[in-house]
Amino acid sequence: MAKEQASIIADILKKQETEILNRWVKEQLQSVTLRSDLMNESELRQQSSEFLSLFREATSRGVNYDLNAPEWSRVMEMLNSASRSRALQGYSPSETATFIFSLKQPLFNSLTETIKENTGALSREIWNVTVILDKLGLYTIDVYIKSREEIILRQQREMIELSTPVVQLWNGILALPLIGTLDSERTQVVMESLLTRIVETGSYVAIIDITGVPTVDTLVAQHLLKTVAAAKLMGAECIISGIRPQIAQTIVHLGVNLADVITKATMAEALKTALVMNGLHIVKSQPIAKKEK
Amino acid sequence: MTVQRSDKRLIRTSEDIVMVRQLVREWAKTIGMNLVDQTKLITAASELARNTFDYGGGGVMLIEQVIDAMKIGLRLTFEDKGPGIDDVEQAIKDGYTTGGGMGLGLGGARRLANEFYIDTKPGEGTRVTIIRWK
Amino acid sequence: MERIPILKMGKFLLVTIQIDMHDRLALSLQDDLTEMIVKTQAKGVLIDISSLEIVDSFIGRMLNNIASMSKVLDALTVVVGMRPAVAITMVELGLDMKGVKTALDMDRGIELLESMMDQEDSESAQEPESDNDSTKE
Repeated sequence: MAKEQASIIADILKKQETEILNRWVKEQLQSVTLRSDLMNESELRQQSSEFLSLFREATSRGVNYDLNAPEWSRVMEMLNSASRSRALQGYSPSETATFIFSLKQPLFNSLTETIKENTGALSREIWNVTVILDKLGLYTIDVYIKSREEIILRQQREMIELSTPVVQLWNGILALPLIGTLDSERTQVVMESLLTRIVETGSYVAIIDITGVPTVDTLVAQHLLKTVAAAKLMGAECIISGIRPQIAQTIVHLGVNLADVITKATMAEALKTALVMNGLHIVKSQPIAKKEK
Repeated sequence: MTVQRSDKRLIRTSEDIVMVRQLVREWAKTIGMNLVDQTKLITAASELARNTFDYGGGGVMLIEQVIDAMKIGLRLTFEDKGPGIDDVEQAIKDGYTTGGGMGLGLGGARRLANEFYIDTKPGEGTRVTIIRWK
Repeated sequence: MERIPILKMGKFLLVTIQIDMHDRLALSLQDDLTEMIVKTQAKGVLIDISSLEIVDSFIGRMLNNIASMSKVLDALTVVVGMRPAVAITMVELGLDMKGVKTALDMDRGIELLESMMDQEDSESAQEPESDNDSTKE
């Protein structure tokens, strides 16, 4: 720990605040990672000045390396929101981290000017500042990555929801055309939207069409079976349709038991069965087009 | 992982199992857990609370709201000073039961949670911890 | 002591579970229901669980038991109104409810009971000694 009674770094930050701020902003403006398209100079200056004053407060009683310590909480908060907003705006990780790393040069300069006669103290202070700025810089990258992960996760969810439309084919008959792979998370969303629609529409039969599912392995089959089982628990029957020859072969090879499930090769076949289950039959009559002739 | 808040409840009667369910529901709602996840967590809690009551002769549940990186979730710990479990592997398997239940308690709770830990010693007691993330 | 009310509706009994049951209450429902079936000679039991926010293995076992016991007493049981979240959770939990018939809502539950009773009637009237009706479906 590098805690001391009198904090040289806080002292310098207090006395030379404007100077350091000017140099730092200049440093950032000159840097290749500046995104003048996303942030103008006054915004940058304001953010930098806010950080400097918080940084001074945090180091007022020496430099504590532990970023979880209470004195760092406001600095971390500020960096958190700044890095998040940069991640959302489309900054790159290095562009985000440069905000902190570019402060090194101006701070080292000020330190050197102020205590150049005491080389021992100077190197100690420079070391302190290096350690803490590196940690803060890495923290901005952590936050940046987490924010991006959040965005990816959100988009993933949106895509899952978009890719599971439940449509009503007939009174009492629902269809769920599945497209893409089925993982456990998606299965839950699929189940949820299917079962909710079953309740809303009072449907007795649901057709799950897997024409758009590229492969059916044991796990996917299990997920399908779970969906069927859940629908059954609520009192609805499921028909699985769109089973391509290749998939039929895999299912048998894998030893998946689909004995309790009604399966059909095509959606049309499934619809026919579903109608019968609802007590309805399709009867052929004169085609309308022919009549008109 | 950091704990944001926590609470403790004794499990001594079968009414306490209902109380555990209601408490877990309340906490799950507070962190904005979706309905299916809520239901899974409450069901797991109900299974574990019943285990604590039936096999452990009663005990305590510790409920904690935890944060790990960007995730928020609930951690439930059920602890009893009962006879413990001889063969944990066997106990987690479905169909295993010594109490005349369906034998889904431990295995079921594990499937319903995101994380599952069990610590047991014959003659000393059992501690089961589950986490479900939002 | 609190009890879950059992209503008689024609030839059916109707149970609406509206509270989070503790275990003893669930067990007393089992007792009350079997008694009522005998007393009223009911041929069908409808259990509405649309208010239940969870079904754990204990309640699942109780529903299974009620269905089996009713069967012995010559009454059919249909569980109606299970919530989607509950169904998803039960599947994940691994609860097997093979002995219990289910329906989306009360209307469909009654429909199902009636069709099952018709089937039973025709079974016993037409071909008492054969049991190949399962292929009829």
